[in-house]
Amino acid sequence: MADTAITVEDARKTYGTKHALDGLDLHVTRGTVHAVLGPNGAGKTTLVRILSTLLRPDGGRIEVAGHDVRTEARAVRRRIGLLGQYAALDEQLDGRQNLEMFARLHHLGARHARVRAAELLDRFDLTDTGRTPVARYSGGMRRRLDLAASLITDPEVLFLDEPTTGLDPRGRAEVWAAVRSLVGGGTTVLLTTQYLEEADQLAHRIAFVDHGRVVADGTPDELKSLTGGDRIDVVLRDAGRLGAAVALLPVTGVTVDTDRRLLSAPVTDRMSALSGVVRALEAAGIEAADVALRRPTLDEVFLHLTGDANRAKEAA
Amino acid sequence: MTAHVLTDSWTMTRRELAHWARQPGQALVALVFPVMLLLMFGYLIGGGRGVAGDYMDYLVPGMLALTMAFGLEGTMLNVTQDLTRGVIDRFRSLPMTNGAVLVGRSAADMLQSAVALALLTAVAYTLGWRAHGGPGALLAAFGLLLLLRFAMLWIGIHLALVAGRPEMVQAVQILVWPVGFLSNALATPDAMPDWLGTAVRWNPLSQTATAVRDLLGGQGGEPGHVGAAVTWPLVLLAVFFPLAVRKFARLGS
Repeated sequence: MADTAITVEDARKTYGTKHALDGLDLHVTRGTVHAVLGPNGAGKTTLVRILSTLLRPDGGRIEVAGHDVRTEARAVRRRIGLLGQYAALDEQLDGRQNLEMFARLHHLGARHARVRAAELLDRFDLTDTGRTPVARYSGGMRRRLDLAASLITDPEVLFLDEPTTGLDPRGRAEVWAAVRSLVGGGTTVLLTTQYLEEADQLAHRIAFVDHGRVVADGTPDELKSLTGGDRIDVVLRDAGRLGAAVALLPVTGVTVDTDRRLLSAPVTDRMSALSGVVRALEAAGIEAADVALRRPTLDEVFLHLTGDANRAKEAA
Repeated sequence: MTAHVLTDSWTMTRRELAHWARQPGQALVALVFPVMLLLMFGYLIGGGRGVAGDYMDYLVPGMLALTMAFGLEGTMLNVTQDLTRGVIDRFRSLPMTNGAVLVGRSAADMLQSAVALALLTAVAYTLGWRAHGGPGALLAAFGLLLLLRFAMLWIGIHLALVAGRPEMVQAVQILVWPVGFLSNALATPDAMPDWLGTAVRWNPLSQTATAVRDLLGGQGGEPGHVGAAVTWPLVLLAVFFPLAVRKFARLGS
């Protein structure tokens, strides 16, 4: 299919007796961001390592930019960029040396490599780092350089494996902005993450992965409507009033967590639910420590999708 | 794609040279260490059990050979460190020639060893040691020594790929020393018990040391060892080079 950038059909990978990928299917449309969400050990990193030719799959049809990852690894490597979980940089060298080296290994000529390295340093605001070795970079700088190194040849397909894990909010915003501008330029991005918000912010489609399979795949809106949307959380001062509060709140499907003095319920109209709850509590004279609207958490989406409480516990 | 073998290998070699430029102290320590050993065994410990004549004459070729053998540790350490760093993933996801990472490693290590040989020889000269053969013999001796180093290099790469972790290098270091000393580098096997002497004579390191002594006209040289000093490293290479290349290509399977 001309508009498919990544095809994964029945991908399998086993380590000993553990099925890291257990018949995983995924199709990523060219020019889109597809997020792969799931708990640790779900198979996200294994999938990215197979797609970027670092790991050989045991079975399945797996193509990236129209080339088989096993038989045409080099053709795949010419068309991809990879931002792994850990910085794939030479720590002893400085930023420019790193980028020039990787550009040369992409077979750019010496002059072209220098120009490209300078462009990327400038674009990622790393020009003043001078001769500082990467080992002395901050986490955010390292991530930016790593991203720059993934973009040397304007890849058709970019793999981002938990790109913002361990970054502060500013670093996270920088990575998100870079991803958006790339997709604007036509790059296909496959992104793994543990953060629902990240997938929500960036992705056109989200695939939920667990135990080496895709358990749900859809647009963020489709997936959120599956879970019942937003929730309202009410924390009371007095645990003794929980029962009374459940009875009078103008919402249905309330769950009670006695230890945390917490009531939680799905809501459809956010503002009317919030004002309704506050008014009802005031009218009954029940003191609330906190009232908040929030998005469903990854655990809740996950729980809903798998319908299996034990598996959700593993995810937490 | 084969057109890039040379440029990729050169890029990877330059990376190693850039590491030296970044941390000249480390590179210097590696060069000074064999010189220290030479001084230690030549003057401080004053070994040479059973060696007739001038001990330095016997010791210098032995130390040159020992330096080549000990290079194995450095190679292993460098390869295991590279493997545990994330940068190896970047290399493996680039459209570069597969073996260029290893070629860069071996070019840099061979260069380092050549410099170490030159330095050790120069120090020996200032201490009064002389090569008795002509310049041709000296070059041939260096050739044999570097051939031994080349074999050790690929053993080191293979062991590093098998071990995978820098911690494992310590285990190998513990083994490299006895194997290095279980040679005629420092003492003649004639002065050892029979069983030990036999093991020592079979050590490829001993073959190279004896051949170098023969070429340089030093104590303990015996004619006819040049052949063995060529054959042994080639046999080791024939085993470990393909093993290492295959192991590297199979990373990630």
